[in-house]
Amino acid sequence: MPVAIVTFPGSNCDYDCYKALRDVLGVDAGFVWHRETSVGDADAVILPGGFSYGDHLRAGAIARFSPVMDAVAEFAGSGGLVLGICNGFQILCEAGLLPGALVRNDTRRFRGETVRVRVENATSPFTHAYERGQVLRLPIAHGEGGYLADEATLDELETQGRVAFRYVDAAGRATPEANPNGSARGIAGVLGAGGNVLGLMPHPERAVEELLGSTDGIGLFRSLVLSLAAAA
Amino acid sequence: MSEAGASMAADPRDAALAEENGRGRHPAASGPRTPPEPRPGDPEVTPELVAAHGLSEDEYRLVLDLVGRAPTYTELGLFSALWSEHCGYKNSKPLLRTLPTEAPWVLQGPGENAGVIDIGDGIAAAFKIESHNHPSAIEPYEGAATGVGGILRDVFTMGARPVALLDALRFGPLESARVRYLFEGVVRGIGDYGNCVGVPNIGGEVHFDEAYEGNPLVNAMAIGLMKAEHLIRGEAAGPGNPIIAVGARTGRDGIHGATFASEELSEEAERSRPQVQVGDPFTEKLLLEASLELIRSGHIVGIQDMGAAGLASSSTEMAARSGTGVDIDVSRVPVREPGMTPYEILLSESQERMLVVALAGHEDEVRAILERWELEAAVIGRVTDDGLYRVREGERVVAELPGEALVHGCPTYTREGVESEEVRRARSWTPADPSSRTLSRERAEAALLRLLGHPTIASKAWVYRQFDSTVRTNTALEPGGDAGVIRVRGTRRALAATTDCNGGYCWLRPRTGAMIAVAEAARNLACVGARPRAVTNNLNFGNPTRPEIYFQMSEAVAGMAEACRVFETPVVSGNVSLYNESPRGAVHPTPVIGMVGVLEDVAHLVRSAFQAPGDRLVLLGVSRDELGGSLHVRLEGEGLVGEPPAVDLAGERALQEALLALAREGLVRSAHDCSEGGLAVCLAESAVADREAPLGVDVELPAGVPDDAALFGETQGRAVVSCRAPACARVLEVAEAYGVPAAEIGSVGAAGRFVLGAPGGRALVDLPIGEVADAWHEAIPRIMAGG
Repeated sequence: MPVAIVTFPGSNCDYDCYKALRDVLGVDAGFVWHRETSVGDADAVILPGGFSYGDHLRAGAIARFSPVMDAVAEFAGSGGLVLGICNGFQILCEAGLLPGALVRNDTRRFRGETVRVRVENATSPFTHAYERGQVLRLPIAHGEGGYLADEATLDELETQGRVAFRYVDAAGRATPEANPNGSARGIAGVLGAGGNVLGLMPHPERAVEELLGSTDGIGLFRSLVLSLAAAA
Repeated sequence: MSEAGASMAADPRDAALAEENGRGRHPAASGPRTPPEPRPGDPEVTPELVAAHGLSEDEYRLVLDLVGRAPTYTELGLFSALWSEHCGYKNSKPLLRTLPTEAPWVLQGPGENAGVIDIGDGIAAAFKIESHNHPSAIEPYEGAATGVGGILRDVFTMGARPVALLDALRFGPLESARVRYLFEGVVRGIGDYGNCVGVPNIGGEVHFDEAYEGNPLVNAMAIGLMKAEHLIRGEAAGPGNPIIAVGARTGRDGIHGATFASEELSEEAERSRPQVQVGDPFTEKLLLEASLELIRSGHIVGIQDMGAAGLASSSTEMAARSGTGVDIDVSRVPVREPGMTPYEILLSESQERMLVVALAGHEDEVRAILERWELEAAVIGRVTDDGLYRVREGERVVAELPGEALVHGCPTYTREGVESEEVRRARSWTPADPSSRTLSRERAEAALLRLLGHPTIASKAWVYRQFDSTVRTNTALEPGGDAGVIRVRGTRRALAATTDCNGGYCWLRPRTGAMIAVAEAARNLACVGARPRAVTNNLNFGNPTRPEIYFQMSEAVAGMAEACRVFETPVVSGNVSLYNESPRGAVHPTPVIGMVGVLEDVAHLVRSAFQAPGDRLVLLGVSRDELGGSLHVRLEGEGLVGEPPAVDLAGERALQEALLALAREGLVRSAHDCSEGGLAVCLAESAVADREAPLGVDVELPAGVPDDAALFGETQGRAVVSCRAPACARVLEVAEAYGVPAAEIGSVGAAGRFVLGAPGGRALVDLPIGEVADAWHEAIPRIMAGG
């Protein structure tokens, strides 16, 4: 099983990731229940979107204590590729696998719409199939997507090329109007220090077919698959 | 597995019950062994207590006849809930029987948790609409959220995975701070619940009208998909089978919610806040996954939501469907707080609870599945063969009633309806002499912008952007179009759904209004390329004991029945919500139609937005001088007056067939139906649907109709399609082949202007497209930000 998708109680995008990988990219994928203590022989791990534990307390705050998260941390620590989407991003931050935190949207409302993000780093294992500066149309669906970190951390993310995606307008400019949730510096996705952990709020798995209105998310999964192939 | 091992809660009392059932010692079918004694601490059943339970004197006499003795307090509570309007349909049942409910593709009609139709390829769709009007009027967030929760459970208890939600909402005018509070809370409640469970919200409608000021309508519709062979019903079959309570614990919330929903809202209603339940979508998500797994496992025989009237209605209804009895011990029901009485446990409407009837001997397997999903479960009783509804509290029998009497003994009423004088007077309005209705450009433009900025017509993006519409990655058409569309994985097909009703038309002439509701729903589906297949209805009316309200109900149902017959769209499920009255009076009669249709090939999907400059515009149907009931006339200050638009069901059917043919042949690049606001609004909506890239329009209006009616009249049976220029002749040909009048009226413009001219070239509207787009897109955000 090259790609393990972790299912927490309340995950609701696990199946969508599975479909994107299997039906669109033809990649084998499987589910790992949150009570497992190992991610098995997976080459990559995806923490999918949803409302793990109902977002009780804070999004991702309870899921980080799931037994599987120790295995995910160990996997990431040994260089394994870990992708967190939406709630998965929130869990990665709560678990300390990514810096910063995700807080309630500054609009105070859940936002479900298609936004644009600019690829800021096109060399990571998750993004190398894109061009740097490429503007992608991806759906968002979250109430707690405002990315925050202290200034020093943000500066570090910028200088180390760890801002993977930034919210932009149609012309590719990172304006306040294009920022749907009040994220610091319009950050939509960040990479871990080792470059092998990515968290992002938009849903690339919802942008993999013309029928869904965008195919811009395919590049992320293709990057991931190519990275695995190269490592094999 | 030992019988004792069958217990869920490892309660030693389970062993005794299991043993008793194991020996087949079901109480004799001859009747109660000993009538239940009054339970210490319960109030005495007095005439006042009976009246407080909403039972009339005649109804109570019937109870005495059916039971053969005075009921206990617990039994009185059961009759009160099950004979309430909400559960017993006592004022609507005779009317509902006149609706068509059958077609070859109907797998399950009304009477179950949800209706089910065959959509081809061995796949079935389960769907239903349900109201949560009263709770939402008191506590908008929880009221709406729990409405979504309930309707989702109705669908997944049929064995179907919920794949789409829609909402039909009605509020008072947004100028009122109280209305904005209700609107905001309801939208947030719907969003938070559906988003968390992970079911895309694909459409619906929102209307704003004084008639709903004190009594908003919150109707939620859910659709689920399943393999036809997984269809399961809410049955309690097989004497000896265990009855299992699953999910959230039972608390004191929502007791008598069903009775509450069957009364008018009063100033005192605020005090009813404890009757509004609190929802937990996270538990719902676990219940959903566990229920589907249980159903597929083959270990259970029936499953039902503990919805209105909670354990009482779910257990009695399941037994009634199977002709069995039940024996329940309320002391085994997991409760949230100590000291709950049998009365409270039976009538609690705590959310996220299910009642499951398993196969005897399969309790361990059932428990394993539920434990995996971290859900609590307890065997609370057994199915019996005596047809009795028996409730114990430990050793004590607190209720023992003929189950049939509880579920089907409720008297029904056919009343005499009389049309109100006020309505007759309002309907007698006629427009001014046609010669005096020529509009200046200034007036026409102002009237158009006013309509586009009216919240009933304006973009509802403010609403649906708070919903997740794309989860599950099947949404082919998101909210904002004529209908929502989701593809059916593993097939070429897609499912389309819409909700519709113009309460104003229904107030003026309920029969016509209801026909139009069905016709508009079918037209919306045909516009996206889907063949209308079946209906779920939500009948929202006032107090049925008032003759003018009963008149509305009977007329509306008659109109609905006729239209559904012509369109071959049987009613397979639904809900009746009566007593929608505030101190200001009744809501408009609002028989909401939720309609589901099928696209044979999702590639035939047609959107409502214009695609490219130069495309030709064709009006299907004819515009007549009809202004009665129109929003334009209301905004002119005349009020809700006049004869609503005429409806020609055969013509509507022909239009649907023509639209479907055009979609199948791939001839049209957009299609949008004409409804509120008329042709001008229809064109504007298609022009500005894409906020970032609105397209202009250059149209000459049809001749022979005064300006105001040509622009804003709401003549039915019309739609505007756009096509590439070379395809135009073929579009007209197809329309003619189906007997639908059609005319080329102009084109999608490149100049970025919205231009509507009267015949002969006189300009009526000539606006920058940005201004049109702004009026429509920004109206609701501006009101909500400014309020």
